[in-house]
Amino acid sequence: MATLKDATAIVGTGQTRFARQLPESEKTLACRAVLAALDDAGIAPSEVDGLASYTMEETDEVELAKSIGAGDLTFFSKAGFGGGGSCATVAHLAAAIATGQASVGVAWRSRKRGSGPRPWKNTTAQLPTPAQWTRPFGLLRPADEIGMLARRYMHEYGATRDHLFNVALACRNRANQNPAAMMYDRPLTRDMYMNARWISDPLCLFDNCLETDGALACVIVSAERALDCRQKPVYVHSVAQGLPAQHHGMVNYWNDDPLTGPAWTAARQLWKQADFGPDDVDVAQIYDAFTPLIPLSLEGYGFCGRGEGAAFTEGGALESGGRLPINTGGGGLSEAYVHGFNLITEGVKQLRGTSTAQVPGAATCLVTAGEGVPTSALLLRS
Amino acid sequence: MSENTSGGLLVPVVDDDGAPFWTYAAQGELRVQACAAPDCGELRFPPRPCCPHCHSFDSEWRRMSGKGRIWSYVLPHPPLLPAYAAQAPYNAVVVELSDAPRIRLVGNVVAAPGAALDSVDPARLRVGAKVQVAFAEGADGLTVPQWLLERS
Repeated sequence: MATLKDATAIVGTGQTRFARQLPESEKTLACRAVLAALDDAGIAPSEVDGLASYTMEETDEVELAKSIGAGDLTFFSKAGFGGGGSCATVAHLAAAIATGQASVGVAWRSRKRGSGPRPWKNTTAQLPTPAQWTRPFGLLRPADEIGMLARRYMHEYGATRDHLFNVALACRNRANQNPAAMMYDRPLTRDMYMNARWISDPLCLFDNCLETDGALACVIVSAERALDCRQKPVYVHSVAQGLPAQHHGMVNYWNDDPLTGPAWTAARQLWKQADFGPDDVDVAQIYDAFTPLIPLSLEGYGFCGRGEGAAFTEGGALESGGRLPINTGGGGLSEAYVHGFNLITEGVKQLRGTSTAQVPGAATCLVTAGEGVPTSALLLRS
Repeated sequence: MSENTSGGLLVPVVDDDGAPFWTYAAQGELRVQACAAPDCGELRFPPRPCCPHCHSFDSEWRRMSGKGRIWSYVLPHPPLLPAYAAQAPYNAVVVELSDAPRIRLVGNVVAAPGAALDSVDPARLRVGAKVQVAFAEGADGLTVPQWLLERS
């Protein structure tokens, strides 16, 4: 059977500034990030023949390709389910390039979440199945939907707000080292966390990701071509998507086991194709729209057993020098919430050795997309 | 606000699959869709056209006792849509039905049928607390299930 293992590499990354409000349009921000990524790789825009994005992207392939002066496109793909699709963009391009459908692929994300209306403002347009069974009862926002899982998780396994604080703190501490992060100069303390206003009890302000404007992109080519690029290649070792049987996006309350989400499905596929396992992961970038997604993902991706994700966060395990440093740019909680694409570029930085919170000698990195929705994940290696 | 609201609160959009649920609710009955194939009978929620177990397109609506337990709950605080913000913090719960394990309904625990979403002190809510269904008719005419805490 053909394999994608190390057949392609990420050779360029680019990003704009991250801020609560940027003056430029999403299309302009997307172009800036894509051109920066191609420049980083040393590849001309006219060589781009593959594009991949994920849903809730405002600029489509036609507009982006025209704007940057791409060549003839022979592959384009849009993965579903918002933040669950971030890693799928790289997975789709890797598959396309490995099978000869394209030679230079670009994946990108551009968001103006900081400037635009909150998604739940459009709730009335989203009431058909399954939202008609949840939103009328005041379960309006993603924070409410995930808060419901979080309360149950805390009840079943003795997880506490201190465990969620461990997650928020690890991300904030890394952001405090990253000048590009929105929370660069804003330390978090336990007092601040415990006294913060509620968003949806049991989730407080600091359990929620940022609202950010910004764009990012990365460039993928074959492993062979990667050797001729400007930067040290970061190989796409294993890829996976996951949509479990009987899953319900965000409101997985009707599954037999609501606390084993898409991460579990993606993980099985991811590890099946990999030459190494969770114990060999040097650093992880785990999708953190909300703090409870971290313990749930730690379990799903096999870093600990079922119900052990909260305890895993104790003793500085997620911090630099800990057992599994996570979200070393600050993540969605403290660097930028751009539907997780910054987790991909941060993974690349770690394996290039250029992160602002560099894990010494990092050679393997797990990157995940949104848990709680149909998801995707990547194993990267240097 | 749009036509999907009742006093600013969102109103369920009744679709073909779910219509019987709301019809029975208007009669004060909590019913869950079940496969009508002779050898199957699996319950499913939310409603859908065919049985994920046996793929039969025949279904029936089985009456439930209306007893359940709180599986989990949240207390949303603003920012929220205005009509919800006016009642915040309120509760939103997931209730696991006593006689249909793993059939779970999102709803609200209230002090009495038709009472406000914030009519019960959140301190009284516990995962595992016993609840009993009640029905309330909204300004739009649609009857929705609500949940009353049982004295235990």
